[in-house]
This record gives sequence, C-alpha cells and structure tokens, in this order.
Amino acid sequence: MTELLEPAALTGTAGLVDDRPAEGFFRVDRAALVDEAVFAEEQKAVFDRCWLYVGHTSEIAAPGDFRARTVAGRPLILWRGTDGEVRVFLNACRHRGAQLCRVPDGNARGMSCFYHAWTYSNDGRLTGLPDADGYGPGFDRSRFGLSSPPGVDVYRGFVFCCFDPDAVDLPTYLGEARDYLDLVADQSPEMEVVEGMHEYSMEANWKLFVENSLDGYHLIPLHRTYFDYLKATEDSYLDPRRPTEARDLGGGHAVITVEGPWARPVARWTPAMGEENRDYVEARRTELEERFDADRARRIATTDRNLLVFPNLVINDIMGVVIRTITPTAAGRTVIAQWTLATKGEPESVRARRLDSYVTFQGPGGLATPDDMEACESCQQGFATAAESPWSDISRGIHKEAAGGPFTAADEVQQRAFWRRWRDLLGLR
Amino acid sequence: MTGPLTTVPAALQHEVEQFLYREAALLDGWRLDEWFALMHPDVEYRVPAPGSDHLDPRHTLQVIHDDHTRLGGRVVRLTSKHAHAESPRSRTRRFVTNVRLDGPPGETGEITVAANFHVMRTRLGKLDHFLGTYRFVLVPDGAGFLVRERVATLDHGIVEAGGTVSIIL
Repeated sequence: MTELLEPAALTGTAGLVDDRPAEGFFRVDRAALVDEAVFAEEQKAVFDRCWLYVGHTSEIAAPGDFRARTVAGRPLILWRGTDGEVRVFLNACRHRGAQLCRVPDGNARGMSCFYHAWTYSNDGRLTGLPDADGYGPGFDRSRFGLSSPPGVDVYRGFVFCCFDPDAVDLPTYLGEARDYLDLVADQSPEMEVVEGMHEYSMEANWKLFVENSLDGYHLIPLHRTYFDYLKATEDSYLDPRRPTEARDLGGGHAVITVEGPWARPVARWTPAMGEENRDYVEARRTELEERFDADRARRIATTDRNLLVFPNLVINDIMGVVIRTITPTAAGRTVIAQWTLATKGEPESVRARRLDSYVTFQGPGGLATPDDMEACESCQQGFATAAESPWSDISRGIHKEAAGGPFTAADEVQQRAFWRRWRDLLGLR
Repeated sequence: MTGPLTTVPAALQHEVEQFLYREAALLDGWRLDEWFALMHPDVEYRVPAPGSDHLDPRHTLQVIHDDHTRLGGRVVRLTSKHAHAESPRSRTRRFVTNVRLDGPPGETGEITVAANFHVMRTRLGKLDHFLGTYRFVLVPDGAGFLVRERVATLDHGIVEAGGTVSIIL
C-alpha cells in the first residue's frame, strides 16, 4: 500500500492520533470515532484501498457453488466456475445494474438477470442476450462479461478482494500476518467453513470492536459471567498470571497469543471434551508433530490467538476458529459477520463440541459477545462528551516500545499497530 | 401442521396455551429460576442462525444451542449483576399466538406445539421486535409440563432486532 498516501484531506483534523512514544503518550481523538466526515474519509482511504475478506473457498466447494456477499458496501458474488476457478464478481448486471444474484447461496451454471434476462455463465461471460439483433454490429458481447473487483486473490483458502487497482499484491499486503493464517490453515489437511453464519450489530464505531478483538485487558473484568461459567462447568479459568504475548506484525496487522486452559479440537484435549474424543484429539497433535517440527506443531495445536488482518478481518483461534469481519455502515453503526472454520471430516462429537464452545462464548446470543457490544456502545455514548473530554488513552506498554517489547496481551501495542496504520492511510501523519 | 384440522381436546389445547402464557410471563417478569424449573433435564433450547434454519442443526452454526447445563449457565449469568448487556435489564413483552398442537399426546405423553411469537424488548430508550415461530416439545410432569425442546426461529436477521440476543427468546 505504498504510494497511496495523500495529503491530509481532513483540514482541521490532523492530529487525531497523538502518538508520542518517547513521552509515554498514545491517545486517539474521539472525533475519529464519531465524526461522519472521518467515516466518509476512511471509506475512501481504508476500505477502498485495502485487501478485504470475501469468504473461504470451502464455502463454494463444488463447481457452480456461489455465495452472495457484501464487502465495503458492494454486493459481490463469490462463485466457483464449472472450470473449478474461484472468482469474485460485482453483483450488478452490466446492462443496467440490477442485482444478478438475489439469493444468499446456491449452485448454478449461470445466472440470468430478472430485469431484461441478460445471462452470464459462472465464469462471468455474457452468454445470453435476448433479441440480440436489436444491437448494432459494433456491440461486442465479450466486453460485457461480469466485472470483478480490480484485485481478487486467495491465500490458504481465504478469499480477498481489493477495490484499488494500484494496491500491492495480496501476499505482500498480508506480510507477517501470513504466518498466523498458516497456523490456522495448517490445523488439518483440509479445513472447511461450517454452514451458518452469525450476523450482528452495534450502535458504535467499528474501530472500537477492532480494538476489543485484540484486547486482553478487558477479558476478566468484562467477561466475568463467562469465565464463571467455564469455571463452574469445566473447572477451567484464565489465570491472569498466565504468560501472554502481543505483536505488531506491520501493515496494521497484529496478534495476541495465550496458551489457554480450555479444550481445543486441534489439539488440546481436556476432560471437558469427553473421554470419547481423547484419542481423536491427541492423534491430531501427533499428526501435526509428524507434519511439522515440534515447535510449530505446538504453536498450531495449543496456542490461542486473536489475529487482526488490517483493517477489519479478525481470526480468533481459541476453542475453535472464528472468522470475523467488522464493517462500518456509519460512524456510529457497525455490522459484524462471523463464520467458524473446522477440520473437515472430524467426528460428530468433536464438531458438536466445537460448535457449542463457539456459540457459548461468541456471537449475538453468546455469554460474552453481547457484553462486548454493550461496552462498545457505552463508549460511543460516552463520546457525547468528546468536546469536553476528547482523548481515548491507548498507551499500555508504550514504555516498552523503545526496547521492542516484549508485550503482553493486556498491553495495547496491538491496538496502536492498527491505529498507526489507519492514521497513515488517512494521511494524518 | 398441514392436513386435516386436528381433533385436540379443547381442555388440552387450553392447558398447553396456559402453560405457554405462564412460561412467557415468567420470562417477562425475570423470574428466571422459576422459568428454568420448567425445563426438562434433557432440554434443548435453540435459536437457529437466520438464513440457515432449514439446515440440520447438528452441522450448522446456531445463534443459541443450549442443553440443560448451558441454559442453566445462561440463567446464572442473566441473574447476576455482571451480565452487562442486560444491566439495566430489558423489559420484554411476549405475545405467543396461533398455538397449534401436533395432535393428541403420543404414547409417551409428549406433545409437539407450534406457535407464533412477537417479543418486544425495550431498553435504554430503544424498542426492538423479535418475530418468529416457536417449536415446543412438552413432556407431562405432574399437573403440568416440562419443556424438552424449545426452538425459537426468527423471521429476520438479528441486525434488524437491535443487534444481539441478550435475552431468552
């Protein structure tokens, strides 16, 4: 994303991010979280320029499979062609723009626009044109295939797109975050997104939930009822003295890591998983040790991680893998979409345990996520005092930056990584 | 629920309706321990994820999928002062209508019931509507019933209903 920075377009708002590590300061002007002009600017500077998550290849496993998705406000079709190729199309007829795909998912060799019946094959070609004689000899139907975003690429099954034709390629964009996507993708020879998605929302700025997704500091105070539940039902609890790590991965990407006490389907068996699953889970660990060296097998199997791929993709690999996108629809409104990624072919009892662990903690009906939404909304409401109290403090651990860390998950270096990239993209530096 | 209108005895229809109304009133009144006492030890309380409610729940992500232990944990959470999303608590008003029994009780006495619901939630100056259908499986217990299955299927996304499901639907 080099050479994309423009001079600050927000006259008078330069300095939204007050970053003075030598003085132990890092604070964000709450205008960055409430101002609709900032929202409009970040649509252009961030969402129109960064690589954004669309879906996973396993969601369109068979030729012809498709999913309708909305990314950065654009309706898209994630579609596997009869030729096996994964493509992303803009979900708008080339003729007059009506949405071609009007169902959430399915399988089709082609789609026909309901308005004038222009028809496209699943490789995007315009194959059907009613009353074609009405077009003159200069009309070249090969120029009217479905359009795609300027950038579409797949990394380890994760499909991304980018609306900036001048962006760097996806591997370069992902940078060090690739290693952490690998830790998820390498959990088994084949991973699959489980059917069903969570979609929920909050009346708060999207960046608050990005911060929350990387925030080890809030876990014990905010999620007490969840940890009480884990203690009561599984006798596992998060010891605050347990070592954790936070890393700025560059490019706005960041990760926090802990080795938690809870069960992981890949691959940390605890009694909570049931004796019947012990052999299976322990065999997964052995399999990883055969495929990788011992340290990498350990990282895959027993480290719990929350990864941010800038700007809005979060991958939580804790009791299972959660794929989360955080999308603003206004300065004070955010929609979150979540899926879970699992080992293909795992036993039903392991799959059931995985899904139950996920929904108990996460999502709109979990024992924890509604409190995260409440916290972010409460912050947003508190920002009504922004004129008098403009700054949010994000300085935990900043005194360790000169030495390069090490940082814990309860530090905020991971959130600063996000904000510094955001600031650079908005040209506010 | 297609086919001929079932010939469910009026007294049984009445009994089931009164049970559902009482269950709803306990939830509206936040008398969650009394409500939880109506749950069978093998209870399944489920809210399918909107858009995938037609798929096999064993292989599909749900919004809520509680057995007795998890539902008990939910009740403990909601009755604690640390359930921040419900502090202050929502006020809810539940309309349970169009109650249809699948037929007379089977040999085990179980009754499968379908109903419509409209749950209104007010909290912090906002009003959310949850619309959908219930599926209950009721098991006779003394003079009343215990709930062995309770599925609340929404007609809409959660984004359209305030963003989260922090209450029991």
